[in-house]
Amino acid sequence: MDFPENLRYTKTHEWITVGGTKAKVGVTEYAQKEISDVVFVELPKQGQAVQQAKMAAVVESVKAAFDIYAPVSGKITDANKALESNPALINQSPYTEGWIFELELSNPAEMNTLMTAAQYHEVVQQAPKH
Amino acid sequence: MPYLSLTEEEKKAMLGQVGVRSFDDLIMDIPASLRDPKINLPSSLSEPEVQDLISKLGRRNTTTRDALSFLGAGSYEHFIPAAVFEIIGRQEFLTAYTPYQSEASQGTLQAIYEYQSLMTELTGLDVSNASHYDGATSLAEAALVTLRHTDRPKLLVARSVHPHYRETIRTYLAGTPYKVEEFGFDEKGNFDREEFFAKLNADVAGVIFQTPNFFGNIEDLEGVSEKIRANGSLMILTANPLSLGLLKSPGEWGADIAAGEGQPLGLPMEFGGPYLGYFVTSKALMRRIPGRLAGLTQDADGKRAFCLTLQAREQHIRRERAGSNICSNQALCALAACVYMTLLGKNGIREIAEINWDRATYLRQNIAKLKNFEVDSTQSIFNEFRVKSNKPFAKIEEKLMAQGIFPGVALERFYPELKDQFLVCVTETKSRENLDWFVEALAKC
Repeated sequence: MDFPENLRYTKTHEWITVGGTKAKVGVTEYAQKEISDVVFVELPKQGQAVQQAKMAAVVESVKAAFDIYAPVSGKITDANKALESNPALINQSPYTEGWIFELELSNPAEMNTLMTAAQYHEVVQQAPKH
Repeated sequence: MPYLSLTEEEKKAMLGQVGVRSFDDLIMDIPASLRDPKINLPSSLSEPEVQDLISKLGRRNTTTRDALSFLGAGSYEHFIPAAVFEIIGRQEFLTAYTPYQSEASQGTLQAIYEYQSLMTELTGLDVSNASHYDGATSLAEAALVTLRHTDRPKLLVARSVHPHYRETIRTYLAGTPYKVEEFGFDEKGNFDREEFFAKLNADVAGVIFQTPNFFGNIEDLEGVSEKIRANGSLMILTANPLSLGLLKSPGEWGADIAAGEGQPLGLPMEFGGPYLGYFVTSKALMRRIPGRLAGLTQDADGKRAFCLTLQAREQHIRRERAGSNICSNQALCALAACVYMTLLGKNGIREIAEINWDRATYLRQNIAKLKNFEVDSTQSIFNEFRVKSNKPFAKIEEKLMAQGIFPGVALERFYPELKDQFLVCVTETKSRENLDWFVEALAKC
């Protein structure tokens, strides 16, 4: 499974990449496989404040709905509108076209609490198989 | 493990576990006088005695079959073809509960799907759910959808919406931070445009109108949905579904949600229930819909099949974040509505609606000629209208009921300012002779 080195990861399987004061967020390759076919994404509203580890979006598959948590605190600056017409982008391309939202960091130090690719890889290895 | 009552030993073990010696010790906090109260009931009766007692009690009711009834106000007397009861009385429909292993109940799902399809056509909107318990709860669920969807704190409700519906909405919102604000009506009983526009601000999540409204008036909603949309709010319309055979549909009025009472579609008045709440929305709100939704799909072999769909909305999947706790529907009543609409067909529904309008208008014209009663003959109505009496209505009601006529519903009960006004309903069940007799009886009051 592919976990790009340049991203940071959460235990709840989101990735984040920072450029300046803004960051893009999506779900990992592992998460998209677990979720299975995504049929709908409830995107956060622009300007909405989000808190680290609190719910920011919902990804719905044919079998369930999954909360997507904000890896760090901040304010939503953009959401991936392409997911509204093509939610399967999350399955097809979780790290690029399947990004979910963009936020402006309110506390950049929170980035230090996130995992590197190697650390996340470890977590996924230990996850129960089913 | 067999499911049997407890043995003395098991009781002892359980009491010991919680640290008391006897059952009396366990309930010692309950005052002794309440532990074994004398229940003041007569001694038991035999089966024939019970049957006799019950039918005596039953005979104290006067039904709309025993009298000439002009009662409406949310519950309507209509002719229901015998085939409706014949079909819904089949045991496969009558005794079945909500389908837990839903896809194994293809017949039930298909019936729901047909009902949903008919409701979308009737209301002019995109997606119908499998139904709610009644009009009031359906409308309250619609109100919740607008609050969640817009993330705003207030509902704006016309005072010309059925008083029971407004009460149910307030009950639903009791204990929440959400607020309900109302706007009034004018002399004619139509919603007050000025007050409505003045109250439509950035806090408003949804606006609720009823047409025909509680007074029977067809509201003029021209330009209303545009204003609501421009304000970022949603529009909910509740309408007598039978009136839609003749009148502009909620979809045509630009409503986002149509929710209300489905009783006129083949369900008897039956002391107020069981009834049927219909709930239909635009596609944009599809994922906010409460309750069950049947869908059409294909099975593994590519054959046509029915399923419950969009279930990720519901509480068994979404848990505490589900938009609603509704997880069942009013399946048998929805089926009755489905059969009724199917038997009537598109033209039949239009014809019934026309007859209702025609006879109500005829009665209104004739009441207009009476010197002790006033009606507004210029107001557009469907099958119900307001009458103002120059004499105390309670007296008139008493007099007419003694002759076997229910003259209508007193409005003062709901609107204290509408003294001696009453709501008269005329459906296809009233013949010209019936109407003439009523006018004659009124003339003598």
